[in-house]
Amino acid sequence: MTATHETSGAEETARKIRVLIAKPGLDGHDRGAKIVARALRDGGCEVIYTGIRQTPQMIAEAALQEDVDVVGLSILSGAHLELFPRIVEELTSRGLDDVLLFCGGIIPEEDTQALEGLGFSAIFRPGTNTGDIVSFVRDNAPAG
Amino acid sequence: MTDLVERLLAGDRRALSRVLTRVENGTREGRDDLRRLYPRSGRAHTVGVTGGAGSGKSSLTGALAGELRRRGQRVGVIAVDPSSPFTQGAILGDRIRMQDLVLDEGVFVRSMAGRGALGGLAPAIDDVVAVMDAFGFPYVFIETVGAGQDEVEIAGTALTTVLVNNPGTGDDIQALKAGIIEIADVLVVNKADRPGADVLVSQLRALLALAPGEGRDPPILSTVATTGEGVPALVDAIDEHRAHLERTGALGRQRRREARHQVLSTAQRILLERIRAGTSEEALAELVAQVAGRSLDPHTAAERLVGAGRADAG
Ligand SMILES: Nc1nc2c(ncn2[C@@H]2O[C@H](COP(=O)(O)OP(=O)(O)O)[C@@H](O)[C@H]2O)c(=O)[nH]1
Ligand SMILES: [Mg+2]
Repeated sequence: MTATHETSGAEETARKIRVLIAKPGLDGHDRGAKIVARALRDGGCEVIYTGIRQTPQMIAEAALQEDVDVVGLSILSGAHLELFPRIVEELTSRGLDDVLLFCGGIIPEEDTQALEGLGFSAIFRPGTNTGDIVSFVRDNAPAG
Repeated sequence: MTDLVERLLAGDRRALSRVLTRVENGTREGRDDLRRLYPRSGRAHTVGVTGGAGSGKSSLTGALAGELRRRGQRVGVIAVDPSSPFTQGAILGDRIRMQDLVLDEGVFVRSMAGRGALGGLAPAIDDVVAVMDAFGFPYVFIETVGAGQDEVEIAGTALTTVLVNNPGTGDDIQALKAGIIEIADVLVVNKADRPGADVLVSQLRALLALAPGEGRDPPILSTVATTGEGVPALVDAIDEHRAHLERTGALGRQRRREARHQVLSTAQRILLERIRAGTSEEALAELVAQVAGRSLDPHTAAERLVGAGRADAG
């Protein structure tokens, strides 16, 4: 039997992609967020789910404590242009400017550019196949 | 100052978070970090909170942390949830019950997945606890779902083990009969706002009276985690258990038991990793096929794997 790895391979447990799924604002239900969380779990990710009604500080603080690679925001209320910049600001002020950001929910086409400018790498609208979200996360999560 | 360990020791929470990841992943950096941090650990009061799914462990851990904050203490929390045995992914939802604490700088909550550990406790749990300890939290709570084996394991990791029960489920008494009561330093009847709490308390008391008590019987406390009722008394009981360990000299024994557990479980992990690294997927598949085809027995196959791991190590 031959050794396939000689050094670090023997010592490292497989690195897991850690994803925070958060619902900012006052949306009362989180069905969509939970579906995404489950799909990502089934895709092998470790998903931290924090529940509804999260403020920008709460989201950034959870991202910091959990050392996530990816933050996914789900929003239905229409407050994204108001809340997302504040979330990005809170993340940045904590030194979390390298996380992969995506969002989903009810987000008009005309807001796409603004969100891309904020650093969102993908926007998933209702009807998206959850498999696309999983592939996006797995293909784009920062390494290490 | 870019060295993560130095930043951690200076109280940088982002550095703590990064080091926790490296240590959890068992990378080379993580092992170096742990080697430097370990001598600084051993001061925290580590408290395991275990019990069935939905018994209120997260709510109770949040309430305990809140009470300790009111007493001026800082608190680290590690919440472990199982990984899916199929995909190795996980949904970690314990933070939902600890929302009040998110913005409190004196609290740090980290969710961990079981990552396929056989018993259910995450493989690197002891290392992660040591990092939280070295950061300087006087209390570190470890929440784990109890399914028998993990409860016994958590008792090897924490100084004080709190076992959470609920009234009206009936399962708990069963579980307790299976010997789990022996690992509890403090017994809690949570959801005491529900009918049957008093009955459960007397049942537990009767059970303890039957058990061949060698010394201290665990106290039984009633709590309502969602309102905080009974939580200050639970903090007192947790503190009293540590005081008891110190008074009787049991603390030293417990520390040695922990150390033994850590050395052996880490050795087990390293050995398994070496075996996996020393074996190509093809070679493993070949052995597996032979065992499945009954031309080789599992014991002989495992011996061959272990032999390969040893050759690789030497
Ligand atoms: N009535 C009542 N519900 C509670 C109590 N403690 C927790 N719960 C609820 O029980 C459910 C499970 O709680 P959780 O803390 O997540 O349990 P865990 O799975 O053991 O961590 C939640 O809906 C809590 O709000 C309690 O003392 N009384
Ligand atoms: Mg829980």
